[in-house]
Amino acid sequence: MNEAAIAHLTPNQRAWKRFRKNKPAVISAWFLAALVLLALLWPAFSHPRVAALLPKPLTYSQEAISDAQFQPPSGQHWFGTDVHGRDSLSRVFFGARISLLVGAVGAGVSLIIGVLRGAIAGSAGGRTDNYMMRFVDILYSLPSIVFVIVLFTTFEKTLKQWLNTAFATPMGAKAPLIFLFIGLGAVSWLTMARIVRGQVLSLRTRNFVEASRVLGASHARILWKHILPNVYGIIMVYLTLTVPAIILYESFLSYLGLGIQPPQASWGSLIAEGAHQINPLRIYWWLLVYPGAMLVTTLLALNFLGDGLRDAFDPRGSR
Amino acid sequence: MYFLKRILTMIPLLLIISFMAFALIRVAPGGPFDRERKPASPEIERALRAKYHLDEPLVKQYFRYLGGVLKGDFGPSLKYRNHTVNDIIKQGLPVSLALGGMAFCFAMGVGIPLGFYTAVRRGQWGDYIGSFFALLAFCIPAFVVGPVLIMIFAMKLQWLPVALWHSPLHFILPTVALGLYFSGRIARLMREGMTDTLHAGFITTARAKGLSESAILWKHAFRLAVLPVVSYSGPLLADLLTGSFVVENIFRIPGIGVFMVNSTINRDYTMVVGLVLLYAVLLLVMNLLVDLSYSLLDRRVRYE
Repeated sequence: MNEAAIAHLTPNQRAWKRFRKNKPAVISAWFLAALVLLALLWPAFSHPRVAALLPKPLTYSQEAISDAQFQPPSGQHWFGTDVHGRDSLSRVFFGARISLLVGAVGAGVSLIIGVLRGAIAGSAGGRTDNYMMRFVDILYSLPSIVFVIVLFTTFEKTLKQWLNTAFATPMGAKAPLIFLFIGLGAVSWLTMARIVRGQVLSLRTRNFVEASRVLGASHARILWKHILPNVYGIIMVYLTLTVPAIILYESFLSYLGLGIQPPQASWGSLIAEGAHQINPLRIYWWLLVYPGAMLVTTLLALNFLGDGLRDAFDPRGSR
Repeated sequence: MYFLKRILTMIPLLLIISFMAFALIRVAPGGPFDRERKPASPEIERALRAKYHLDEPLVKQYFRYLGGVLKGDFGPSLKYRNHTVNDIIKQGLPVSLALGGMAFCFAMGVGIPLGFYTAVRRGQWGDYIGSFFALLAFCIPAFVVGPVLIMIFAMKLQWLPVALWHSPLHFILPTVALGLYFSGRIARLMREGMTDTLHAGFITTARAKGLSESAILWKHAFRLAVLPVVSYSGPLLADLLTGSFVVENIFRIPGIGVFMVNSTINRDYTMVVGLVLLYAVLLLVMNLLVDLSYSLLDRRVRYE
C-alpha cells in the first residue's frame, strides 16, 4: 500500500487496517465470537428436537442430576461429571453465559458512568472538574474489593427483599446477578473516567474544535460531532480491557461464595466447587482444570484483543 | 514541604474513609449477634448491645470509636469475644506481611527480568514467547493456580506440604500462587517502560557516543524504564493484601485476609472498620514512599 492511498483513509479506517494485520488479536476475536455464540445457543441444545441432531455429550442439561458422580472425562461426558452427577461440559457453558453476561453488562455500566463523568469533567472544566477529580482520587484510595464485599454482603438481602415485594417472587433469585452488574460496574469506571477526561481535555484545545467554536457551534454539537468520534477508539480499547477485569472480579467474588448462588453457576463458582473437592485420596482434576482453562483462555483472548485494538487505535503505543 | 503537605492531606482522607466504612457497615441490615445460639432472650441481647454501646446514636458511636482509634485502640471484636481487634491484627498481620513480602519479591524477581528481556528482544521470537507468558501469568487468577499447584506438587508429586504456615517449605506454593499474576503485570509494565525509554533521545546520544550496549541498557535505560514499575509497587502491596484473602483461604494460612471477608459477613463492625483503616493507611503510606523514591530515581522529578 503506498502513502497516497493511505492518506485517503480516515484515522479509524487506518486503525482497522492495522488491527487486521495483528494475528493474535484477530484469532482472539474469532475465538470470542464463537464462544459467545455457543454460550447463547447452549440452552437450546438440550431441547429434544435439537438434541436429536447433535452428538449426545452436547445435550445434557446443566441441572440433570444423575447417579454417575465424579466420572472422569470420557466419550459420554467430555468434561466429566461433578458431585451430583451433573455434566461438567454443560455446567461450564452455562457458567460462560453468566460470566460473559456479567463482564459485558458490568463493562457497559462502567462505560456509561466513566464516559459521562469524564466528558462532563473534561468539557465543564474549572472548579467542577477539580471537585470531581478529588472524588475519583478518594475512591482510588479505598480498597475497591473491600468496598464491593462490604456493599455486597450489606445490601444483597435488602435488594432481594425489595425485588420480591416489588415484582413476582422469582425476581429475588436474580438479585445477586443484578448486584454484580451494578456493583462491579460501579467500581470499574475510575480508569475509564480518567482516560476520557484526559482525551477530552486535550481535544478541546485542538484547532479544529476552536474553529468550530468560532463558527458558532454549540457545546452539545462540539461534544457530539467533534469530540466523541475522536475518543471512541480509546473508549473501545478500554472497554475491551475492562471486560476481563470484571470477569475476574466476578469469579473472585463467586469463588468466595458472595457472587452467583447455586444452582446457578459461573466460572468462579465452578472453580470453587472444583477446589473444594481436592482431597488426598482421589483427585478430581477435571472439575478444576476445565472451568479454570476456559476462564484463562477467555481472559487471554480478551487481553490479546484489547492489546491489538490499542496498538491499532493508539499509534503512539504501537511503536 | 511537599511531603509534609501530603501527610497532612492523609488525615481528612482517612477520616472520610473510616466514616464511609463505618456508615456502610452500620446501615446494613443484620447485626453481629444474629448468629448467636438461639434463643437468646431479649434481655441478653439488650445487655450485649449496651455493653458494646450499640444502643447509642450512630454519630455518638462513631466519635467514641474515633476516640479509641486515636489512642491506638481499635476496640473489641464483636464476634471473637475474647479478642480485641488489636490482638487479631497483631497475630495476623505479620503472617500476611510475610506472605505479601515474599510474593512481592517473587513478582519483581520474575517480572522485571522478563519485561527487560522482551523489550530488548523486541520483535523477535524471544519477545513473542516471553510476552505470551507474561500475558498468560496476568490471566491466571490465584484461585485457579493455587488449587492446581496443590494438586500437582502436594498431592500428585508430594514434594511440598498441602497447606498451613510452619516452615520455609510451606511458603513456596502460596508465594507462587499469590505472586504469579503480579509478575505478569510487572513484566508488561517493564516492557512498556523499557520500549519507551529506548526510543528516547538521550539513548540515541549515548549510542552516538559509542557506549557499549550493556552500558546503555543498564546504566542509562534501566533506571528510567523501571519508573512505571516503581509507581505500581505502591498499589501492588495493597493488591497483594487483597489477593491474599484467596491464597490464605486456599492454603489455610492464619493471616489477616481471612478476617476481612468473614468479619464483613458476620457484621463484626469494629473488625471491618479497623481492617479497612489499616488497609487504607498501608496504601497511602506506600504511595507516599513510591513518590519519594521517584525523585531519587529520576532527578528531573522535583517536588516543590
